[in-house]
Amino acid sequence: MGYPHKSHERESPVLSQYFGDPEARTLAGWRARGGYEALQKALAMDPQEIQTIVKDSGLRGRGGAGFPTGLKWSFMKPDGKTHYLACNADESEPGTFKDREIMRWTPHGLVEGVALAAYAIYAETAYIYIRGEFTEPIMRMEAAVQEAYAAGILGANALGSGKRIDIHIHRGAGAYICGEETALMNSLEGRRGNPRIKPPFPAVAGLFGKPTTINNVETLAAAPYIVKHGAEWYKQFGRADNPKSVGTKLFSVCGNISRPGNYEVALGFPFKDFLHDLCGGALPGRSIKAVIPGGSSVPILTLEESESALMDYEGFAAVGTLLGSGGVIVFDDKQDMVKQIARLTRFYAHESCAQCSQCREGTAWTTRIMERISAGYGTSEDFDTLLSIAENMSGKTICVLSDSCATPVVSGLKKFRGEFEAKIQISRNKVAMPGLPTPPGAPSRASAA
Amino acid sequence: MSHGPSASGGALQATPAHTHHDVPHVPVFVGERLTELHTIMSRYPSKMAALLPALWIVQDVRGWVSEGGMKEVAGLLALTQAYVKGVVSFYTMYHQHPVGKHFIQVCTTTPCNVCGAEDVVHAFLQQTGCGELGQTSADGRYTVIEVECLGACGFATPIMINNAFVESVTPEGVSRVLAELD
Repeated sequence: MGYPHKSHERESPVLSQYFGDPEARTLAGWRARGGYEALQKALAMDPQEIQTIVKDSGLRGRGGAGFPTGLKWSFMKPDGKTHYLACNADESEPGTFKDREIMRWTPHGLVEGVALAAYAIYAETAYIYIRGEFTEPIMRMEAAVQEAYAAGILGANALGSGKRIDIHIHRGAGAYICGEETALMNSLEGRRGNPRIKPPFPAVAGLFGKPTTINNVETLAAAPYIVKHGAEWYKQFGRADNPKSVGTKLFSVCGNISRPGNYEVALGFPFKDFLHDLCGGALPGRSIKAVIPGGSSVPILTLEESESALMDYEGFAAVGTLLGSGGVIVFDDKQDMVKQIARLTRFYAHESCAQCSQCREGTAWTTRIMERISAGYGTSEDFDTLLSIAENMSGKTICVLSDSCATPVVSGLKKFRGEFEAKIQISRNKVAMPGLPTPPGAPSRASAA
Repeated sequence: MSHGPSASGGALQATPAHTHHDVPHVPVFVGERLTELHTIMSRYPSKMAALLPALWIVQDVRGWVSEGGMKEVAGLLALTQAYVKGVVSFYTMYHQHPVGKHFIQVCTTTPCNVCGAEDVVHAFLQQTGCGELGQTSADGRYTVIEVECLGACGFATPIMINNAFVESVTPEGVSRVLAELD
């Protein structure tokens, strides 16, 4: 099907095949579509066997980092300890809205994936941490979990297997940083969402101090299809010359584009065709100028750079950016890149948990400078200051929020230098016109001359 | 088990959403709500993990989370009031002050911003009479704020009114959105 528009013929809909189909939301509807067969199959297998299938399938984390899922699961051994699974449904990366649709349209698909993964990592309890703003997804997921308990799919004797699997929905309360896995664990425990220093890694000491696996919604929703159809089936999606990136991936497309929405393609799909063919290209009468292909934390590309990219982990890396979460943000010729980059830095300044000084100070300082330049009060020295702050914000903090704020500034300054220079020229012209108001904190006019 | 709130003789008064800070706190967790909290607590190995859900219940019932609400939750979960306040103030969705009957959040982060979200904000500020972000209109009906990424970027501009999402709002569509509110 597809939502909000029909699937394009060049898509490979697996996770999105029931988007827009309200019947798939109910237990009866999900079962009629083959739902819970994979879980039934998995519960008859040894957990390590499931770990092996997922490892062989090449599935990598779809939340942004791309860590091999089967490998992550294999860190969980039958050691007799209490284990936990946490499903990361705190989807908050600007540009990304795929997990929202998975939960809205196929809530049982996620329940099945979570139950299957919990069993595969020797956990009896799983928590699905959903961002607080996602009221409809929360409602759909709660309804699906209740149905699954009532039908004996969850609980003390999951699907008659004799195994206990409990799933609980946990609502966040507004904090981008809680999508970072250790911050998510803190938040779930009833703490402020500050990321934790690693090590210890979650597989050693995670939620409530116990071995924990954290997976993204899309990753977990893919697992039942892999168990059901096998690793070889999953590997058919992808380009022949890149075995490192296989399977299908949901891309959310937004901004200045003809057909915004979610698209599911085989990894390795050519981005040029994706942008112009599937998504319909620029709005009428306009032209695309820039693209952020993997959520707001990845480097910005010019249209030309993006058009040569292949849509997988290595393909995006080859053009100097990242696949990230698959949130594609499109900017057209009407957009002021300086203003939009300033808006992004403001997002990170707002969302910094403030525990590392480089991030707390750096995101705020960067935002002040970016907003000043954007308002036409910048100086050319500001560029060096921005780059120097960015340098000091990267790779020096507990998590990568700080790096994510620096990324659009550094790539934007490099690729859209002309627009930055034009803003400085506005500032210079103001110097030539005495009497114009100067905002508080604006640099000395003498130094700008 | 920590002490439960004394259920003021069953004479639980409905507290309007817009009360002053110095009004004595009427316990939230009595009867069914206390049972609900205990059910939630049974899902976690620690009492503290029920903190976010407990705060949600307080806000759902009272419209915001007062000092009294924090104190009550702290008592039930064996936490200090200062700790609870530290958590409440970390998350953007808990209101530490009363807000308008219709709490309107407009996403203006980059993906929505490039689709004209700022014009949507201005239209809401004008038509609700709020005038300024974060201010509640004189009649107590509306509070409008800008919010960071609502995770519905393909449906620019998404807004949230209390717990409900409205997608693809344009400046021209604002009057219709407001007309549909009770």
